[in-house]
Amino acid sequence: MLLRILSLLLLIAIWQVASMLAASRLLPEPLAVVDVMLREARSGALFFNLGTTLARVAISFALAMFFGTVFGVLMGRSVTLDRLGDPWLVVLLNLPALVIIVLAYIWIGLTDTAAILAVALNKLPNATVTIREGARSLDAGLEEMATVFAMPWQTRLRHVLLPQLAPYIAAATRSGLSIVWKIVLVVELLGRSNGVGFEIGTAFQVFNVALLLAYALPFVGIMLAIESFIVQPFEQHVSRWRIKTA
Amino acid sequence: MSPVGASRQLEIKIARKAFRTASGEVREVLRDFSTSLAVGKVHALVGPSGYGKTTLLRIVIGLDRDFEGAVALPPGTKIGMVFQEPRLLPWRSVLDNLRLAAPQASEANLLRIATDLGIAGHLRYFPGELSLGLARRVALARAFAVNPNFLVLDEPFVSLDEALAMRLGDELMALVEHTEVTTLLVTHDIDEAIRLADHIMLLGGRPAKIVADFDIALPRAAMTADYAAKIKAEIGAVIAEAVA
Repeated sequence: MLLRILSLLLLIAIWQVASMLAASRLLPEPLAVVDVMLREARSGALFFNLGTTLARVAISFALAMFFGTVFGVLMGRSVTLDRLGDPWLVVLLNLPALVIIVLAYIWIGLTDTAAILAVALNKLPNATVTIREGARSLDAGLEEMATVFAMPWQTRLRHVLLPQLAPYIAAATRSGLSIVWKIVLVVELLGRSNGVGFEIGTAFQVFNVALLLAYALPFVGIMLAIESFIVQPFEQHVSRWRIKTA
Repeated sequence: MSPVGASRQLEIKIARKAFRTASGEVREVLRDFSTSLAVGKVHALVGPSGYGKTTLLRIVIGLDRDFEGAVALPPGTKIGMVFQEPRLLPWRSVLDNLRLAAPQASEANLLRIATDLGIAGHLRYFPGELSLGLARRVALARAFAVNPNFLVLDEPFVSLDEALAMRLGDELMALVEHTEVTTLLVTHDIDEAIRLADHIMLLGGRPAKIVADFDIALPRAAMTADYAAKIKAEIGAVIAEAVA
């Protein structure tokens, strides 16, 4: 942990030295960025835009994970559905994010619905493929056990199915969050009038790197915090029954 | 206690059960298998491995419906099943495994069953932390926890050492006698069948069917070495004849 902090401090030090050498508006010092951050925070704009972006991340991520899990389980368990759905998946997987985003804006309009849908659609095939892998490796013996003991579907879902999928859900969550929060910024840049992506776009137009970093860095910090304080503990919790190798 | 008019027997009639192998040919596993199991008795199905014993069990408990024939269990039959492998939920504690299978059982009841089977001290463990013997006990406890009137056991003591298998067999029979549950025990071990069952069905032939039936006249508690040897000799004679 100490080493990681040192490494991070080193990065900031290099940034400081580089900005002093460059002495340019295009590479501001760390403190100048903090300054802009504080200004934006005081005006409330920073929190408003961060909150807006986070809300979009949360909704599109939840949509993609929910439908990805449902489709993944169905396709992993039924050969027919797998054959039917697989070409769609391949198409979606190979469609560039930008194409989906632009089409969503053209067909639905420059709305939040279009933005969220575009992000969710970008993430959906990855989630589906990962969960499908999990559904293919489900333990048939446990399913028979649940059938013989006449367990109700809620019990089967919560105690038989989901624990088996948990490692796959955790993997999809990890890779999914990192895809989603990057795409959300692009979506905001292209078609929204608020959010971190929009602010970065504005900063880009006037080459205001300090403003750009003032929005980008807190956002990265929040996503890292979610990753290490929510996603990782969740992973540890669902795998606590595995015997720890000493 | 069964309602008036209800069947006192479990009828199993399998005219034919076949599998399609990977190479596409049809392999018949069971043909003309027919028996009725008297309620409250312990029935053993004995036969070498590979003779469709597990296939038969899967049909009886309703996991396999792709066969010609009929299985008639009295209405309201509650099955307690012990699979060959314990099949516990590895991500739930022993106690939760019992609770999830038997949500209507009281905590006191679960604790009593766990105590009877010697796992009361392991209720907080995860299945992965148990030895095979203990995991088997949990699987037995789970089957009893649902308060079954039909107990089905698929080689429940296989790959346990003999002393442990004997002791677990005794504990099982104490519970079976106490609850008067109809029991179907599948085993390849003739001695085990003689020791535990009231009625032995010998499975043989390809496709398999019942080649002989034996009723064990002596109650379990009164079983003598002489009587067991006599039955074993009779079974041995049938097997020798079938092979010849």
